[in-house]
Amino acid sequence: MPARLKIGLQALSVAVVAGLLALLVWKVVHQGKGAAGELAKGKTPPAPHFDLARIDTSGKLSLASLRGKVVVLNFWASWCAPCKSEAPRLEAAWKRYRSQGVVVVGVDAQDFTGDARRFIRKHGLTYPNVHDGPGNVLPKYGVTGFPETYFVDRRGRLVGERVEGEISSERLVSGIKQALES
Amino acid sequence: MRLLAALALALVLAAPAAASERHPTLGELEGEVMCPTCKTTLDQSTAPIADRIRQFISARIAAGDTKSEIKRKLVTQFGPAVLAEPSKHGFNLLAWVLPLVAAGIAAVVVGVLAWRWSRGRGSPAVAGGPPLDPELERRVDEELARFDG
Repeated sequence: MPARLKIGLQALSVAVVAGLLALLVWKVVHQGKGAAGELAKGKTPPAPHFDLARIDTSGKLSLASLRGKVVVLNFWASWCAPCKSEAPRLEAAWKRYRSQGVVVVGVDAQDFTGDARRFIRKHGLTYPNVHDGPGNVLPKYGVTGFPETYFVDRRGRLVGERVEGEISSERLVSGIKQALES
Repeated sequence: MRLLAALALALVLAAPAAASERHPTLGELEGEVMCPTCKTTLDQSTAPIADRIRQFISARIAAGDTKSEIKRKLVTQFGPAVLAEPSKHGFNLLAWVLPLVAAGIAAVVVGVLAWRWSRGRGSPAVAGGPPLDPELERRVDEELARFDG
């Protein structure tokens, strides 16, 4: 094999390996942080967009259509135990604050729609719920488990704190107030 | 005769696959379906959603669904990533084609290198040697002719 060709092939091999290594490092560094990573730094990133099918009724719901309202975004699944405990609190907050332009939106992810509908009926939830079966929206926000709750202000920005796990009434009210004042 | 033997072999190989398609078992589907939260196959997972999917698969098997029907229903709920094997169309086709292409390229490269290496070893003195003197060449030819005669 000519020496020039040999050196060329060796350089190509090294470049391919270096490229794959760079991809791996990039993936590890950027994995799972999503918008929550920005929020944790005290920033107010735009809430990642979604347009998902509703499970409580027909049609779709996009986050953009709620611009001008405060949105309490709750990620849940029917098989998640703490989601059952917090559901009545979210329903109560929806009823209490909806007249002030607050919407609670449930994002049911990695779940069967039939199970999700049963969950909604069982807990008497009346706020809008959408289905993200594959969980495509989760990495955009940085959701790492269920339940998880975010607050979106009237300008479509994430504000306040990200609540991992079951949300208490105090944190729910505090998050809503912060988003209303933002 | 050979054709008949090939057909018989094809039938022998296809029969279990067809049976598995028509009457799938939970065990085999557990190895072909992913747990959406833990990103492992169901047989490796004890997550609540994995248990729920196992329950769903058992119910669909009892209802008489084929393997493809069960997988299709799971994809409707959880998206294509719920299948352990990537689909064989669209962008996912690359996952099937690329390894074959890479293996083909590797085979060609190894073949070419082996061929060059074997040629190089066979005639080391010919390559690069100085041309024979015409007088010497004539004498060698004469000697060889005399030897042959």
